[in-house]
This record gives sequence, structure tokens and C-alpha cells, in this order.
Amino acid sequence: MARMGFFTDTSVCIGCKACEVACKEWNDVPDDGLDFLAMSYDNTGALGADTWRHVAFVERPRGGSAPPGSPPANGPGAGWSPAADLLPDAGGAGVRWLMSSDVCKHCTHAACLDVCPTGALFRTEFDTVVVQQDVCNGCGYCVPACPFGVIDKREADGRVWKCTLCYDRLKADLTPACAKACPTESIQFGPLEELRERASGRLGVLREAGVAEARLYGADEDDGVGGFGAFFLLLDEPEIYGLPPAPVVTTRDLPGMWRAAAGAALALAGAVAVAVLPRR
Amino acid sequence: MTDSYYGRPILKAPVWKWYIPAYFFTGGLAGASSALGLAAQLTGNRRLRRTALGAAAAGVAVSGPLLVIDLGRPGRFLNMLRVAKPTSPMSVGSWLLAAFAPAAIGAAASDVTGRAPRLGRAAAAGAGVLGPAVATYTAVLVADTAIPAWHEAHQQLPFLFAGSSMAGAGGVALASTPAAAAGPARRLAVIGAALEVGASRVMDRRLGELAGPYEEGRAGRLAKAAEACSLSGALLAAVAGRRRPTAIAAGTLLCAGSLLTRFSVFRAGFESAADPAATVGPQRLRRPR
Amino acid sequence: MGSNMAECHPVGFQWVMEAKARGARVIHVDPRFTRTSALADTYVSLRAGSDIAFLGGIVNHILTNGREFGEYVAAYTNAATIVDDRFADTEDLDGLFSGWDPDARGYDTASWQYAGVGAAPSSAGHADEPAGEAYGYGANAGAGSGPATDPTLEHPRCVFQILKRHFARYTPAMVEEVCGVPAAQFLAVAEALCDNSGRDRTSSICYSVGWTQHTVGAQIIRTAAIIQLLLGNIGRPGGGIMALRGHASIQGSTDIPTLYNILPGYLPMAHADRHPTLARYLEVNTAPAGLWGDAGAYVVSLLKAWWGDAAQPENDFCFDYLPFITGDHSTYRTTVDMADGKVAGFFVVGQNPAVGSANGKLHRMALAKLDWLVVRDLVETETATFWKDGPEIDAGELETPHIGTEVFFLPAAAHTEKDGTFTQTQRMLQWHHKAVEPGGDCRSELWFYFHLGRIIREKLAGSVEPRDRAVLDLTWDYPLAGDEPSAEAVLQEINGRGPDGLLGGFAGLEDDGSTACGCWIYSGCFAGGVNQTARRRPAAEQSWVAPEWGWAWPANRRILYNRASADPAGKPWSERKAYVWWDAGSGRWAGHDVPDFAVDMAPDYRPAEGATAQWALSGADPFILQSDGRGWLFAPNGLLDGPLPTHYEPHESPFTNPLYGQQCNPVRQTFHRKGNRYNDDDAGAYPYVMTTYRLTEHHTAGGMSRFQAHLAELQPEMFCEVSPALAAERGLENGGWATITSSRTSIEARVLVTDRMAALKVQGRELHQVGLPYHWGWKGLSTGDVANDLFPLALDPNVHIQEVKAATCDIRPGRRAR
Ligand SMILES: Nc1nc2c(c(=O)[nH]1)N[C@H]1C(S)=C(S)[C@@H](COP(=O)(O)OP(=O)(O)OC[C@H]3O[C@@H](n4cnc5c(=O)[nH]c(N)nc54)[C@H](O)[C@@H]3O)O[C@H]1N2
Ligand SMILES: Nc1nc2c(c(=O)[nH]1)N[C@H]1C(S)=C(S)[C@@H](COP(=O)(O)OP(=O)(O)OC[C@H]3O[C@@H](n4cnc5c(=O)[nH]c(N)nc54)[C@H](O)[C@@H]3O)O[C@H]1N2
Ligand code: SF4
Ligand code: SF4
Ligand code: SF4
Ligand code: SF4
Ligand code: SF4
Ligand SMILES: [Mo]
Repeated sequence: MARMGFFTDTSVCIGCKACEVACKEWNDVPDDGLDFLAMSYDNTGALGADTWRHVAFVERPRGGSAPPGSPPANGPGAGWSPAADLLPDAGGAGVRWLMSSDVCKHCTHAACLDVCPTGALFRTEFDTVVVQQDVCNGCGYCVPACPFGVIDKREADGRVWKCTLCYDRLKADLTPACAKACPTESIQFGPLEELRERASGRLGVLREAGVAEARLYGADEDDGVGGFGAFFLLLDEPEIYGLPPAPVVTTRDLPGMWRAAAGAALALAGAVAVAVLPRR
Repeated sequence: MTDSYYGRPILKAPVWKWYIPAYFFTGGLAGASSALGLAAQLTGNRRLRRTALGAAAAGVAVSGPLLVIDLGRPGRFLNMLRVAKPTSPMSVGSWLLAAFAPAAIGAAASDVTGRAPRLGRAAAAGAGVLGPAVATYTAVLVADTAIPAWHEAHQQLPFLFAGSSMAGAGGVALASTPAAAAGPARRLAVIGAALEVGASRVMDRRLGELAGPYEEGRAGRLAKAAEACSLSGALLAAVAGRRRPTAIAAGTLLCAGSLLTRFSVFRAGFESAADPAATVGPQRLRRPR
Repeated sequence: MGSNMAECHPVGFQWVMEAKARGARVIHVDPRFTRTSALADTYVSLRAGSDIAFLGGIVNHILTNGREFGEYVAAYTNAATIVDDRFADTEDLDGLFSGWDPDARGYDTASWQYAGVGAAPSSAGHADEPAGEAYGYGANAGAGSGPATDPTLEHPRCVFQILKRHFARYTPAMVEEVCGVPAAQFLAVAEALCDNSGRDRTSSICYSVGWTQHTVGAQIIRTAAIIQLLLGNIGRPGGGIMALRGHASIQGSTDIPTLYNILPGYLPMAHADRHPTLARYLEVNTAPAGLWGDAGAYVVSLLKAWWGDAAQPENDFCFDYLPFITGDHSTYRTTVDMADGKVAGFFVVGQNPAVGSANGKLHRMALAKLDWLVVRDLVETETATFWKDGPEIDAGELETPHIGTEVFFLPAAAHTEKDGTFTQTQRMLQWHHKAVEPGGDCRSELWFYFHLGRIIREKLAGSVEPRDRAVLDLTWDYPLAGDEPSAEAVLQEINGRGPDGLLGGFAGLEDDGSTACGCWIYSGCFAGGVNQTARRRPAAEQSWVAPEWGWAWPANRRILYNRASADPAGKPWSERKAYVWWDAGSGRWAGHDVPDFAVDMAPDYRPAEGATAQWALSGADPFILQSDGRGWLFAPNGLLDGPLPTHYEPHESPFTNPLYGQQCNPVRQTFHRKGNRYNDDDAGAYPYVMTTYRLTEHHTAGGMSRFQAHLAELQPEMFCEVSPALAAERGLENGGWATITSSRTSIEARVLVTDRMAALKVQGRELHQVGLPYHWGWKGLSTGDVANDLFPLALDPNVHIQEVKAATCDIRPGRRAR
């Protein structure tokens, strides 16, 4: 079975949130609370137990803090610049509005899965990372383990929840609900290999069109989590979307931790020995 | 300033509550106490053996309920024993605890009731061998997360926890054992406190900017209080540990220091998780722009 | 422009994204930087209510720089036609056209007519309006004896020269002054549009209610039509003006109208004074040439569909059974009458006017004056409960025990719970199948009206009153499945039947009573006994025009006026843009789409004396719905407020009109009355422009979104959008509260401070605009004040649409007083 995943191309995301809603409808996820956050058009805030797809809205002034390669500030009142014209986010305004639909990364080396003591988190035949709700005991260990802050506990129910990459739909040979609902193919679902190829093609097109700040995020198998099963094309630094720039699976350092713990345990034993020895 | 998404955290704060650091303390206390108990057994210090095994059993007895509160239902702990996963410190810990708890309780029970003394000695031996691991695995448990203040301290935290456990165990034993038999407890308490404070200082230095939470804010205040308690407890134990009232005071201070250390570490994790700069900063350094 | 397509038509916007991926350039002009702007290549911020100045500037740019598609303009538009010598332009009359009658506040359109065809005989339309008609197809260009023209386009009174003079003052500097768009930016857009038009390339303009909801709404769209005609972008692939429509089948509800003044297929409604008899109706409404030449066949077939055997030539096919109109019976007129106690009962079906209509408060006060009110909806909307929990109850202005309105709330079945069609913006009908049974007492509209009619007919049975004949003689015999009438049977009735059964298209309609058809433009949707609207052949299995996906009116033609895609000789303007063309070999039109006229009419066909309908047009006249076959740069008929678009300020504007002495559209409809004060009484108090709009996350007045947790959480509260500069000026805080005030009322909203709202420089000073999504009311999960309560009734005279896209307001920090 080929590894299945997502390529989320944020350069064509229109921020319609159809993915968020479709996910909740299909997976029967409750609402995440009705709170006006005053964060652009984002009122769900982040991924969590009750939001498995989350659309981020980033408003950035042009110029100034914009990364190298961005066109000059070009606000209303400023002259129109044909250079800005090629950008996928409009020229002519003093602002860029980036939208990006975030999701569980289905990491190659998934910290959540590694640390799960019950085996509730497992790797499916599609190479995706899924919680078995009947096994999860709510220990919460996976929550701080995830380097992306994806998985979280639903208070009322005491267990953790996150994107299943629509495991049930995949088994029935259906496209995941979010990808199905996405009108602009910002969310592309398919065999990961194929998606990676498509993504590098798309990156090439954008770069050629002068979008210097376009970049792939999570497409590299040599990164700290061994590449994402759900990776992205971003138009700015990952952290402005609330994503860690170079995440590492925590368990990469686990052998070192065990060694340190062994050292500390020996130290403890040694100290006890020292403490009792003088009596002899 | 590091860029972020409306200043929001990248990581999720742990869902754990006060009972987790409390368990770190009780578990650590039990682990170090059982090691002390075994040492006492081997050196024929019966009084110390009794109090140390008692402390270990009490620590375990409190730990169990603390873990169950965390999970919500007792049955859920059983899920821990579905699998054994070396990549999961919690799994390792669960199996450790599954072996350690009966041994520690059995040893103490045998000691108190005088029944099955052989089995009791064997149990005490088992608990005593597992004890150091029980006292330190919890450091790996927190370190094996994405939270920078925890993860990046993974070399120091086990020593911090070991020292803290020793200080606590030493303190309890010191306070509850007649002075004549409490010498090892005193020494253990002093070594433990020294290791606790030393490891904490090294950790802060190694963490650099990430040490913020350990130095400022609520976790920082807890850390300072912990250090004050541990140091004064150790000092008191060293100079006046032979007198009953001061021994009790020293023991109390050492336990308080040990407990506060765990709460400080625990709290610091939350603060570190909440700060996007803590997540982004070091990663940026790892990956040049 | 005037559309936020990515947010309001996200599914349709996928094709814009696809076009963009293939190299199309997307330009978005909007007062706010929206999700559409974010995906556009170029964004232009303009002042709300200034679109005619912007578009007029483009017209001027085209004409002064000779950027028009000359051959197209000469052959296919009325550029060469000479206009009556009594015509005087806004240039001459400081913002008014000739024919102005200050007492009637309207125009006599006689002087706007083509020269040589005499004074305009009155044609179809609204008698309440001074003259002309609301949707004109009847310019008086008879077959053979057309109006005078000057093919050199140099005659001073030819349309082309009039156009040039009219728009000469719409210079880039003027655009900057009026719209707040820097001249350089404006020029770049104008050039981009010109560069991308012509033989090889076409450009498309999308608009929606950012254009329509103005006192000059119809004229804004006219300006776009002029641009597209000048650039040769009509009737050609990739061209056109796309009216992105509203509710899923709002196109369908004008085709088969829920409007008071038209009958199905855009036939004018019978008017008591203007056409009391069928003969008079046909005399007024039958065009000398073009498709409207067959109006008789359309209307007689319609009457036959409704009254069947009762409709006979002897009784004018029951023409007098029609509900004749006597004046303006539009929704706002009705509201005002209701407020005056002149309306007894009111059906609200799939609408929530207590929230969705301008001056919501006036509307709610009016509802309280009814005897009875029927609300059919999916949820208990504000309109259904105004009497117990509306803001007027809270404020003590209305007291429940003193409201005499008896309210009937009837639960309705949603589109997923019933069969039927949607007609979308491309005039395409798509069948939808019932997916689930409606729950509880919810029933379809079809069920409701069928049984309502059945019961009324049962009650009236045996009546000898002549007034009851119209109901008793109706054909009311739909097959039932259980008690649910068959929607397909209704569609068949709409398709029409002749002596040989179901019709194949409108060409088969007769005016002798031998055919019956519920809507002439839909004829053919059930051709061959097949529900053509239910076709869903995948794109890969058919041509790129996809004629076998659904069914588009008329006659499944996907691009209207597609004759214009070929040159007068019938050859494609270019290979790249080939669409339909004349195949001399077979003597027929060929191409990708169904030709939008007789398939065997050769390009060199010239009508003989006495020819009628489309055969009275030549083989080179693409605009078959116009009686002269031409695209109208100058509209002698059809609009009440002028033959050419003119920039007028919105009814409420902080600026004076820099173009003319005439400030506002002189023909706009206003209601100076209690409960509808205008800000112009106290202009200085309302220094900001406010505009209303939609969010992807909600739907219109909120009945379908605010009650759904998964949508409500996405935009949980009413908010307003302001620029950082305005926030600083007024002390508004992001996430805090603001109170927005007009002379109608004050509402409160959470504040979103955003760089996407930029201050504009208009007439030398800084202008701030306040953005207000209008989705909220007090019911449902996500609640908030009603934005519409801020707006007055000030309407476009042609279509009676409210001006809710531009008015004036003030904004202050904090919550409103309670
Ligand atoms: N998600 C969603 N989709 C919808 C609807 C919905 O409620 N929610 N409603 C449906 C309906 S009924 C309709 S009619 C359509 C409407 O679709 P749109 O017309 O696209 O909707 P609006 O948001 O009302 O207005 C469009 C834009 O006009 C801008 N605007 C305001 N004043 C002016 C002006 O003077 N000039 C120009 N150029 N622009 C101006 C506003 O800033 C706004 O961005 O959407 C349909 N689709
Ligand atoms: N300020 C301001 N005001 C505006 C606009 C604006 O842009 N600004 N836009 C205007 C426009 S374009 C429009 S279209 C209106 C919309 O305003 P309204 O039409 O008043 O509001 P909707 O919420 O669309 O009302 C439709 C109702 O129909 C119900 N419904 C859905 N399906 C069915 C069905 O099958 N049967 C029945 N019986 N009911 C059903 C829904 O639950 C909903 O309550 O608002 C207008 N008002
Ligand atoms: S993103 Fe987090 S939750 Fe998802 S697989 Fe990776 S570690 Fe697990
Ligand atoms: S909360 Fe559930 S899924 Fe997460 S680590 Fe614990 S058992 Fe595994
Ligand atoms: S794949 Fe399925 S579960 Fe995951 S975000 Fe998409 S819809 Fe939700
Ligand atoms: S559905 Fe697609 S376009 Fe819409 S917000 Fe999600 S990713 Fe973006
Ligand atoms: S709501 Fe329906 S009509 Fe509107 S964009 Fe979505 S699919 Fe199209
Ligand atoms: Mo609409």
C-alpha cells in the first residue's frame, strides 16, 4: 500500500474554511466554542481536539518585515508597480493576506505515536497516524510530545483526538472529507510520492513567476521528523503561520535520555551506597 | 522578537494537572526510599530499613491514586499494560511501577507484620533495585516531549530528579528514624540536596535563553523556594540532624524542596510551551535562514 | 468588481483559480481587501459608491486612445446609430439628460430615441414610472427601415460621438478625485484590460451585489456593458459580464420570477392602464425584430399552460385572469404600505426581512401592523419572532400584547429534502434529487402551494363569482407521489407541450393556442421526454463547452449572443477564440456551442420587407434580443435614469459630486417618512462611509448559518472592520466594542482592526470606510445587532434595490446605550 497523504498548497487557499466544516461534519467533531478572537478571520484559533483542520489567516504588511524577495511596499496611494503584479497575493495593497489550512502532519517519525503508552496511536496501512479511541486512556502524553501542537484532549470525554486522515473514508476508497470539500484544490490528497513531485513542480512555477518567498514545508525526508505525510507549500516563514520552523521528533533524543537517566539512577544508587558505607 | 501567529503557542500545553508533579514527588520518594531501604537491609540497619521501606510503601500508595485521578478511571491504567514500548517512557514507567509497587508494598507489609520475612527481604531487594529507575524515569517522561524547557534539559533533568528524590527520601528517613540509626539518611539528604541544586544550576546554564521559565515567573519562584528549602534543609540536617526536632524540621524542609522542585519543573514546562519564541528560537538556530 | 467572488462564490471561484493557473490575470477592485483580493494579481481599493466614475474612466481611456475593437464596435453595436436631435446630454445639462420633469421627478425618454423612428411609442413596463420600461428590448428599429446610421462614426449625433463626449470628463485625474484610486494605478488596470481584449484575447468582468445595491446599480452594470462592447468582449469565449448571483437559484427566481412586474421568461406583467387587453399587450410588447417579435407565442403559450382548456382565443386566452399591476408593488413599497396599515396579510417564504432588508426596524414595525403573517422557513427566524423577542420589544417600542399580527410559522423542507432545479448564473438549470425525507412537519414549497391551491379550489368550488374563475380554471392536476406533487411534472409543464407532446424548444411555440409552455426560455429543458437538467456527463467525456452537463436557456446555448464570436462574414475573429462559425459548405453554422440564432441563417442574409422576429434581423446581427440586433452602447429604452451611465454620489455621501451640479441620481426612489430619516439632514455628524457585505462563513440573513454550530463558531459575533488609522482616530481597540450610528439608529459590534481596510484620499482629504457584514440578528447560536437597521430606504429606480453598499455613519468606541 503506497503511503497516502496531503499536499496543502496554501498559495491557492481562499480561506473558505470548507475543509474545517467538512471535517467536523464527517467526523462528528463538536464545535470548538463560539469565541470572537479578533485574529483576522480566524475564530477557531488553532488545531485541537475539536478542530482537526484549522485555517490560519495571516495579515502582513508588505515591505518592512516581509522576507527578502518580496516586492516593495505598494499601498493604496503608492504608485502601482507591475512587479507586484505577478504575485499570487495581490499587488497594489499595503497588505498580504495569507491563508493556510493546517492539519496533523502524519509524521514519518511521529512523536505522539512513539510516546503513546497504550498503543492507541498506531500507524495504519496507509502510513497515517491514527488514535484508536477505544484504546486511548487519556494519559495525555501525546499532547506535549507533538512538535506541532496538533493533538489534544477533549475535556468532556477524557481522550485525545486529532485528524485520522479520514481512515474510515480511505478504507472505503474515498477522498478525505476536507480534500473533497476544498474548492481550489489547495488540499490535494494522494500517494505521497506523487504529491511531492507535484509540489516541487508547483514550487518551480511560483519561483519562476517571481514568488521568491514560496517554499515547501515538510516535504524533506531528512528533516527532524523524517518528512510529513501531510506537507505544505507556504508563502512565508512557517512560524508566522504558527508552525515550528524545524521540528524534531522528541524521541530522536530518547536513547540519550535513557543514558542520562541510567547515569542518574546509578548516581542515586552510588549515593545511597556512600551514605551507608561509613557505618561499616 | 520572533515572529509568531498572533503570539499564540505552537505547542500544546500538557493536559496534566497538579497530581502529576505530586506523583513525581511521591514516586521519587518511594524509589529513593526503597534504595535506601535495601542499603539499610544489606547493612543491617533495621530501624532505617523500617522507616525507609515504610516511606517507599507510602509513596507508592499515594502514587497509585494520583495516576488514577489523572486518567479519570482506574480501568484506564490497565490500558497501559496492553503493550510494552521502550519508546514510551510512560510505558516503561508503567511496567516499572507494576513491578515496583507490589515489591515496595510487600516489603513494608512483611516488615510491619513480621510475616514471610524471606519474601519480604526479597521484595525489599527487588524494590531497592528498581527504586533508582522509578525515581529517575519521570525525568525522561517530561524530557521526552516537544516542550523546550523540558526536552532541551534532558541531560540534566534525570540528575535533578535523582537528587530531588534522594533529598526527599533522606529527609523523610531522617525525620522518622531515631538519630542513632539515621546517619545514612542524613548523608543521603545532604548529597541529594547538593545534587538537586547543582543539577538545577547546570540545567539553567545549559538551557540558556530557554531557562527563562525556571528563572522567572511562577516556575522561577517555585524553583527559588525549592532551592531555599533544599539548601536550608540540608544545612540543618548536616549541623543539627541528630536532634529530633531539628531533624524533623530538616526533613520537612527537604521534602518541601523536593516537592517544589517537581512543581517548578512542571510549571516551567507550561510556560515554555506557551511561548512560541521558545519553540521557534532554537529551531531557527538549528536551521539557518 | 463589486463582487467578492472567493468569499461569496467559493465553488465558482475554483475556475478563476484554474484560469489563473493557466495564465489569466485577476484584478479585484473593492473598497475592502478581501479573500478575493488576496488571491488576485492586482488589487485596487476604491471608495464605495464610485464605480461609475472608475468604469467611466475606462470607457474614456478606450475612446481617447482608440483602444476599442473597431470592427466589432462598427458591426455589432449601435455606435453608428444617430440619436434624436432633441437629445441633450449630462454634459449640456450639468448632470441631467433631456426630458427631465422636475415635478414628476422623472424623464420623458422621447428625446433619447434613435433619429428617424419618430417619437417613441410607449412600450412595455411600469406605468408608475414616468416613461420607458424597466427592461427594454423594444427600440423601434423596424426591419428594413432601420434608424439612420453613420458607418464612419463621425456624425456628431451618432452614438459613438455622444459616448465620447459624455465620458470625456472621466479622466484618470477625475477617477483619482472621485474614487480615491491613484491615477497611475487606474491607468494600469485600464491598460491591462485593453491589452487583454481584441481579436486574440478576451476579458471577463464579474460583478455581484457590490454593484447592484446602489441608487445607480443598474447604470454601473451598463457601464461595464459599454466597456465590454467597445472591447469586443461579448458573445465570445472568455468574455462577458458575469452576474454572480445570490441564493442558489436566484437566477431561476427571475427567470420564473418572484418579482411583481414580470411574468415567466421576462415577459412584462399585465398592467391595468397600459395593456388592459391581450391585443394591446401584444401591440406594446411585440418587437418589430428579434426574438421578442414572437412575444405573442410566448405569452399565449404561458396562458395556455396556466388555464389550459379554459384559455381560448375568444376569451383572450384568459389574459384578464392575470393579476394586473397598477404601479410599484415592489418589496419596499409594500413594506411602507404595510407600515401604513394598508396591507392585511403577508407571506414570507424563504426570506428573513427583519434582518435582511434595509431599515430592518421599519420592516419589523410594519410586520406588527399586519393582521396575519405566514413564515415558511427551515428555522424560527427573526421575522417569525419579532413580536416576542425583537429589539423593539426590548426597547419597549412594541409590546407583545398590543401586536395584533397573527403569526403562522410553517416548517419548510430544505433543498436536500426535495427534488427540483437550481438555475445558476450561467443560466444553467441543474436538477437536484431529494437526498433525505424532510423531518417532522417540514414540507416542500411545491407541496405547500399545491395543497394550498387545492384547498382554496375546494372551498371555492361551485362559486359563480367571476373573480373566482382565475383560481377555479387553473390547471391544477399534478401527479402525486403520496401527497407530494411531482417536480418533474412541473418541469414538463414549464418545458411546454404541443399537439405532438413535449416541445423541443421555444421555436415550436405558437400564438394560436396550440402550444402550452410555462416559461418560453426554458422550453427544451425536457426535450425528447428527457429531463435535460439532470444530465451529468463528466467533463472528460464531452467537449470543453460541456453541453451535456445540465441545460442552459435558451435552447442549451452556453454563451449568449455567440454570433459575435465570428466576424460579420461568419469567420472566427481569431483561431484562438473560435467558438461558432459559418460553414459555407453545409450552409449551416458550426462550432462548439449551439449557435444563438437560426442555424441556417447565412451571414449575408438580409431581411425582406415583412419579415418578423429573428428573421427581421440580418445574418450579421448578433444581439437577437434587441430589436436592432445590436449591442447597446447607448440605451434609448429600458432605463429610467438615463441612456448613458453617469456618476452620481450615493444618496448619502460625505462628498459633493465633482463631476456635475446634480449630486445624486435624480430618479432614485426615496421615502421621506417617519422611521426612515436620511443622514443628509445632518451630514457633518456622519463623516465615514459604511458598506455592508457577506462573509463566507455565513449566509445572508443568517437563517441557514447562525443556527449551525459548525458555521456559527467560524464567525461567532457581529463585528465591524476598520483601518488602524480610523481605530486611532476614534480610539477603537481590536477585539473591543464599537457603536456605529446613523440617523436611523445605533448598533454595536466587535471591532476588527485590519490593514485590509485602508484610508483613501478622496477629493484631497482622507476618507475612512467602515465595513459591516450584515448577517446578524438576535436568534440562533451566533448573534449580534442587525446591520440593516442602520440603512435607510433609498432605491435604484429601475429595479428598486436598496442602497446598502454605500451610506454614511459615525463610529465610536464602546457598546451602545441600552
Ligand atoms: N458565503 C456566502 N456566499 C454567498 C452569500 C452569503 O451570504 N454567504 N450570499 C449570496 C447572495 S444572496 C448574493 S446576492 C451573493 C453576493 O455576492 P457579493 O456581491 O460578492 O457579496 P457582498 O459581500 O455583498 O459584496 C461584494 C463586495 O462588494 C464590495 N463593495 C461594497 N460596496 C462597493 C462599491 O461601491 N463598489 C464596489 N466595487 N464594491 C463594493 C464589498 O466590499 C464586498 O467585498 O453572494 C451569494 N453567496
Ligand atoms: N445591508 C445589506 N442588506 C442586504 C444585502 C447586503 O449585501 N447588504 N444583500 C441583499 C441580498 S442580495 C439578499 S439575497 C437578501 C437576503 O436576505 P433574505 O432573503 O431576507 O435572507 P436569507 O437569510 O437568505 O433568507 C432565506 C431564508 O430561507 C430559508 N430557506 C432556505 N431554504 C428554504 C426552502 O427551501 N424553503 C423555505 N421556505 N425556506 C428556505 C432560510 O432558512 C432563510 O431563513 O439580503 C439583502 N440585504
Ligand atoms: S503532527 Fe503531531 S499528532 Fe500528528 S503525527 Fe506528527 S506528532 Fe503526531
Ligand atoms: S492520550 Fe491516548 S493516544 Fe495519547 S498517549 Fe495517551 S493513550 Fe496514547
Ligand atoms: S483528513 Fe479527515 S479527519 Fe483529517 S482533517 Fe481532513 S477531514 Fe478531518
Ligand atoms: S477548503 Fe481549501 S480553499 Fe477553503 S480554506 Fe480549506 S484549504 Fe483553503
Ligand atoms: S454555497 Fe452552494 S452555491 Fe454557494 S458557492 Fe457553495 S456550492 Fe456554490
Ligand atoms: Mo442576493
